[in-house]
Amino acid sequence: MIWDLHCHPSGFGGRTPEESMAEVIRLMDLMGIERSCIYLGSLQDTNPDPVRLREHNDWILQALQHWNHRAFGFAYLNPNYVDASLDEIKRCVRDGPMVGIKLWVARRCSEPELNPIIEAAAALKAVIFQHTWLKTGGANLPGESTPMDMATLAARYLDVPMICGHTGGAWWQGIRAIRAHRNVSIDLAGSDPTNGFTEMAVRELGAARILYGSDAGGRSLGSQLAKVHGAVIPDEAKRLIFGENLKRMIRRR
Amino acid sequence: MIDTNIYLHRWPFRRLPGDDPVALIAKLRGAGVTQAWAGSFDALLADDLSEVNARLAADCRRFGEGLLLPFGCVNPALPDWREELRRCVDQHRMRGIRLHPNYHGYALGDAAFRDLMAAATERNTLVQIAIQMQDERTQHQLVRASPVKLASMPNVTGARVQLLNATRPMAMSAGTLHTDFAMVEGVHGLRDLARDIGAERILFGSYYPCFYFEATALKLKESGLAPAVIATENARRLLQGAK
Repeated sequence: MIWDLHCHPSGFGGRTPEESMAEVIRLMDLMGIERSCIYLGSLQDTNPDPVRLREHNDWILQALQHWNHRAFGFAYLNPNYVDASLDEIKRCVRDGPMVGIKLWVARRCSEPELNPIIEAAAALKAVIFQHTWLKTGGANLPGESTPMDMATLAARYLDVPMICGHTGGAWWQGIRAIRAHRNVSIDLAGSDPTNGFTEMAVRELGAARILYGSDAGGRSLGSQLAKVHGAVIPDEAKRLIFGENLKRMIRRR
Repeated sequence: MIDTNIYLHRWPFRRLPGDDPVALIAKLRGAGVTQAWAGSFDALLADDLSEVNARLAADCRRFGEGLLLPFGCVNPALPDWREELRRCVDQHRMRGIRLHPNYHGYALGDAAFRDLMAAATERNTLVQIAIQMQDERTQHQLVRASPVKLASMPNVTGARVQLLNATRPMAMSAGTLHTDFAMVEGVHGLRDLARDIGAERILFGSYYPCFYFEATALKLKESGLAPAVIATENARRLLQGAK
C-alpha cells in the first residue's frame, strides 16, 4: 500500500481539475500509488488573499469530486489572513471533505500569528503540513519556514502532530532540527533522491515518524518513490513510511 | 542495461549506502546492469588526478568483473593536462573521460577546454561533462559550485559528448549533445525531454550511489519511453566510436 502525502494535481497538465486528476490517477496506477493527498490549486501564488485562497481550495474540491476514493484534500491557508484561514478550515475541513491543512511560504511558522490556525486544525484533528526549506547561503523566501521554525512551533503544541514538509530540503540538518520534537513527522518529498536520506531518518527518528510524499508534478513520482524502494531499511519500516503512518494520522479524525 | 553515470570512491560529504565497491557491483548486477561507466568522486577535490585515475582503473579491474568501464578525469586548468589524457587513453585504456568543470575552476569557453575537446576527439575518446553534483540549494556552505554554463560550449567537429546530471532546461540548451536524466524532474520531465531533444540522445544514468539507483529506473517507467532504447541502445551507439 502506497499513500502519497504530497501531490499537486495542477502540475500534471490539463485544462481543468478533472483533466488534471485524470492524469494524476493514470500515473498513480502506473506507479502503484493507491491514494494521494492533494493541495494547492491552479494558482501557485505564495501569498494569496482571501479570494484567491478560496479559489485554490475550490479547485481542489472540484478535483476531489469524482476521486474521493483515491485522494484526500488539504486546505491551503495563509497565516497573513488568519480570519480567512479559519473560515477555510470550517468550510473545507469541518464542513467539507478535506482532512488536513497546508501551510506554505507566506509567513514563518515560528511566528505566533499561526497559533489560532494550529489550534483550529488540531481541534478537528486535521493533518497539519508545513512546508520547510533550508537553502545554502540563506536564500529562503522571507516567509519561508526552516525546520528550526518548525521545531519552535512544535514546542508550543507538544500534543499536536505536525509534518515538516521536505524535511527542509537539506535533510541532514532538518532531521536534526526536529529530532527532539516527537510530535513532528517528516515528509520525504520534493528533493533530489539522495541516497542515505531515508536511512538516516529511520536511524534518528524511527520509521513511525516518516511519511512518503512526492511533490509531484514538479517532482517525478519515480524519483521520490525510490527514496523508500531503494532504501536499505527493513520491510516493516517501508510499510510504515509508504502508507501506514499517513493512514494513522488521517484516521485520527 | 548500460548505466552511464556511476561513481566509485568517496562522496566528500558523507558515506553513502553502496559506496563500498563490492556492494556497488552487487547492486548494479541485481538491477540488471551489464555495463557501467564509472568516474571517481575523489576527482572532485583531489590535488593529484593522476593517482585518482590510476586507482579508478585498478578498482574497476579488481572489483568490476567486466562490468565497470573507468572514465578518468582530466583538468585542462592544470599544467600538462595532455599527459593526463594520454595516460587515461593509452595507459588505462579508458574509452571516455569525465570532466568536472565547476569543481576544477574552468569554463567551457576557455581555450584550454576547447583544446582538451579537440585532443579527446582526435583520440576518439568520449567526453562526459558533469553539469552539477547536487542541488545548489543544499550544497555545503563552504563548498559551493554552480552548474556548468553550456552557452559557451565549443563546436568541435566529430566530438562525442554526454552531459551528466543536467536538468531538462540545461539539456535542451545543449544543441545536439547526449544527456542522461538523473536530474531531470517532474512527472512528465523525461517524456518531455525526449519530445524536445529526441529519445536517441537520452542515455540511462543513475548517478548511483549518490542517488538511489531506483530513481532513474522508475522515472523511465513513468515516462512510457522504450526501455531498451534509453537504457541500452543509445549508450552502445555513443560508445561505438570509441576504441
